[in-house]
Amino acid sequence: MDVRSQIAMVFHLDKCIGCHTCSIACKNIWTDRKGAEYMWWNNVETKPGTGYPTKWEDQEIYKGGWEKRNGKINLKGAGKRRGLTNIFYNPNLPVIDDYYEPFTYKYLDLIESPAGDDQPTARPVSLITGEPIDIKMGPNWDDDLGGSPDFARNDPNLKGISPEEQEVMFQLEKMAMFYLPRICNHCLNPACVASCPSGAIYKRGEDGIVLINQTVCRAWRMCVTACPYKKSYYNWHTGKSEKCILCYPRIEAGLAPACMHSCVGRIRYLGVLLYDADKIEPAASADDKDLINSQLDVILDPFDPAVIRAAKMNGIADSTIHAAQFSPTYKFVKKWKLALPLHPEFRTLPMLFYVPPLLPVMATVKKVDNTEQQEKMHPAAKKWEDNWLYDTSTKELWGTLDQIRFPLKYIASLFSAGDEELIKEKWRKLMAVRIHRRKVTVGDISDEKVKETLHDAGMTAEIADEIYALTSLPKFEERFVIPAAHREQAIEMMDFTGDTKGETGFGIKGKIRRGI
Amino acid sequence: MNALNNFFLIALPYIALAVFLVGSIYRYKYKGFQFSSLSSQFLEGRKLFYGSLPFHWGVLFLFVGHLTAFLFPRSVLAWNSEPLRLMILEITAFIFGISMLIGLVNLLVRRYSTPRLKFVTNKMDLVIYLLLIFQTFMGLWIAYNFRWGSSWFSTLLTPYLYSIFTLQPDTSAVSLLPWPVKLHIIGAFTIIGIIPFSRLVHFLVPPFNYAWRPFQQVMWYWSKRKIRSPRTPWSVQRPKNN
Repeated sequence: MDVRSQIAMVFHLDKCIGCHTCSIACKNIWTDRKGAEYMWWNNVETKPGTGYPTKWEDQEIYKGGWEKRNGKINLKGAGKRRGLTNIFYNPNLPVIDDYYEPFTYKYLDLIESPAGDDQPTARPVSLITGEPIDIKMGPNWDDDLGGSPDFARNDPNLKGISPEEQEVMFQLEKMAMFYLPRICNHCLNPACVASCPSGAIYKRGEDGIVLINQTVCRAWRMCVTACPYKKSYYNWHTGKSEKCILCYPRIEAGLAPACMHSCVGRIRYLGVLLYDADKIEPAASADDKDLINSQLDVILDPFDPAVIRAAKMNGIADSTIHAAQFSPTYKFVKKWKLALPLHPEFRTLPMLFYVPPLLPVMATVKKVDNTEQQEKMHPAAKKWEDNWLYDTSTKELWGTLDQIRFPLKYIASLFSAGDEELIKEKWRKLMAVRIHRRKVTVGDISDEKVKETLHDAGMTAEIADEIYALTSLPKFEERFVIPAAHREQAIEMMDFTGDTKGETGFGIKGKIRRGI
Repeated sequence: MNALNNFFLIALPYIALAVFLVGSIYRYKYKGFQFSSLSSQFLEGRKLFYGSLPFHWGVLFLFVGHLTAFLFPRSVLAWNSEPLRLMILEITAFIFGISMLIGLVNLLVRRYSTPRLKFVTNKMDLVIYLLLIFQTFMGLWIAYNFRWGSSWFSTLLTPYLYSIFTLQPDTSAVSLLPWPVKLHIIGAFTIIGIIPFSRLVHFLVPPFNYAWRPFQQVMWYWSKRKIRSPRTPWSVQRPKNN
């Protein structure tokens, strides 16, 4: 047993309101620089949708992640042979148009234009060439299902879904969607690390953050191909790849990363997971249907005395073990088994977990006869011509797992490598919590009904209360349980950056200048 | 004439090699952030295919060829003792030379015909392109007009290069060579001298290590296991990654 610690995250998708505050917080701190304008280390996607970069989930296009052949896993689009022979020209590299051409507006024209007959306008200009452009794409161009014939309908996750089911999904009245915030997964079996020819990318042993050493990166650009989540970005100006650093300077100081700290819906949880590094390879090479279970197997119980002993042997600090025991991530992922990794079939063992959204499941829309109701209305009142009813009556609310507005297959394709039963199990649990709480707070549900649902979900009332408390009422300290790096280490870990403040980030003392 | 020969065949090589050594080491050590191949494939990925691939494979083969003739002149001569083998070697090298030239021209055209690339191009890039095109052209010219280069390289140029590297420069044979060969030598040393000031530095850091390193890399601030053991003396190691 080789125990290591990992800072891991949980996203409670039911709480995400799609406000993009996380993206903006991240952008303002880290990627508001030349060459990095197009990068969104944190982005929020509307699902169904094609995402950013367009159709990133379709590995037939992007060749990211690992693939299993003859029982062994290898990188799909990079790797040792392919990486070294494709080094002069990488056939699987996305280009900037797969993301979008970054743009700004000529705001100065608004105040500096000479007087004339027309209102001055701020024309959009490219942030690469400075020339006026027609904006055709953005990082969230399909937000809230905007332009869904072009975007939502091309979602790679719709592959296994029949045309009839898709029609049901897209009928405007039945349209359902949810938001999917994404950052770097800081995987246990990172494809970017494995693909880097110059060895610039590494995983930190102390907290599992995956970083790119900017002085070692030589722009061989294999990481961009290899990362199946497309979270390694090539800075076209500096000729270096960059990625989410999980705000490690903040983490080391015991602060939550900017995206998590600023989250309006409070959907994000961050905590330590202890894991067994010896189990990584078997877990990543497991069969498709065992992937999630074997990934959960890698995560260790922080209360197990044997684990604690092994952790101490490995030099994991007591504060870290303590944090692991109070980790909200551990509760969601392993204790309650509510959260699932995004696209486990890419086999990178992502350390970012999602509680699948219940919202597209709850409440159905059905056709009703509205004439009686409409006759009661004032003659001047607007009469709705459609007769759809958004049904959220108590009776309907709890019996809808089989009549969901989203094909189960779709959610399963995102979070469980196609295992529909697994998704149903999570939804049953989430519903049981709600039914239980409804009984406690409103009391219009019978004891038998509550007992039955809790039993079906394999839960007790106490656990339901715990889940409810951490979902709805958590304090800041309960959502983010971060062991600060030990002070004496934290100081030595970085060069003093005071003299280059405002110029460079962390780690590099010189001025950031493009090579010649 | 003699002074000119001495300058271009003795002084220039030494200046170039000194600048190359000092400049490359300095840039590697102190300007790590500027050590990059500065790939522009991300901004333009189609035309690059017809430029980068023929150029790089061509230059790779020819570089290894020149290096072999310099390091193992006898084995090259032995190989060339059979006319058929000599022809095979010369024709293959010539094809790679043409591929390199085509690649370079395509790269040059690509760089100046794609609007976006203007913003990741500097003057040094143009200098490199022109120098490399000149060098490749001269190489092809020599291969065509002064046959068979692979043989006389081993008998004429290898001793000259040895004399340069052993600090006993001897230009008696080389100074009698025709001017295209001299231009090729001058071009070669100019390119070597220019390496530290251009993106050519990326050829100094080929990632061979990748072939045998493990896929995953985990870095620790320090080996805590070592430090916590009371039997070993306490020592702080600067981490590799900082």
